Amino acid sequence: MANYLMFFVFAVVVVGSALGMVLSRNAIYSALFLVLNFAVVALLYVQLGAPFIAMAQVTVYAGAIMVLFLFVIMLLGAEQLSEEEPLPGQRVAALLLGTGFIIAATILIVVQAGPATPLPAPEATFASPMDVGTTLFTRYTLPFEVVSAILLVAMIGAIVLTRSDRPRQSITGAERKD
Amino acid sequence: MAPLYYYVGLSVIMFVIGILGMLLRRNAIVIFMSLELMFNAANLAFIAFSRHYQSLNGQMFVFFVMAVAAAEVAVGLALMVAIFRTRRSIDVDQISSMKG
Repeated sequence: MANYLMFFVFAVVVVGSALGMVLSRNAIYSALFLVLNFAVVALLYVQLGAPFIAMAQVTVYAGAIMVLFLFVIMLLGAEQLSEEEPLPGQRVAALLLGTGFIIAATILIVVQAGPATPLPAPEATFASPMDVGTTLFTRYTLPFEVVSAILLVAMIGAIVLTRSDRPRQSITGAERKD
Repeated sequence: MAPLYYYVGLSVIMFVIGILGMLLRRNAIVIFMSLELMFNAANLAFIAFSRHYQSLNGQMFVFFVMAVAAAEVAVGLALMVAIFRTRRSIDVDQISSMKG
């Protein structure tokens, strides 16, 4: 019973913070709502027996990625934007289609679900950090290496994209043309 | 434990809120954050199914999704800084120079 109660409290906070992120006018408030959302989803992960992923969520998402977002928002000073709507009716269409998707998904879930049996209790060692590490470095070695290559490429890409295009003084004092 | 479908339903709701954010907002950074919300919804479904089937594969997927999302955010925000430098704005409606 306590598990159900916890789930519903977490679900309310998750949905509320997601709505707050989408609806708030200031991008900094949006980012802070998203941090709350990530933290509570991490709690849901703990509840679902995935402690390693929960910690990764807090450090990578709520920590690193959101700090990057806040950094760029404050760097650009772009937290406020006008809200006029160039495509009339887009807002209504988005709301209608989104509601339609939720209804369709609910019908599908109800039809497919059958009796709502609670999730089974996991084994004691399920998804322990040791378990996760062993799987990661035996069965998923190649994807792991590919991901490290992707991260390296992304880092180089970010440096190249944000490099300033102004001509710099070269060592000889002549202006470089690029 | 709550049934699997509670978690999948929560994931659907989060995903739809992410889609709405992408469609309704004009600030490119907020659109990016809505994208992260949709990633998060997919991850929640992965973890719930991983628990349901008592299999670690779903958790491994979430791990890789997180890593790729981090790379994507780094490149995306760099693009946004570059666009802001040339156009002084990150309103997605004003980025239309390639429109025919």
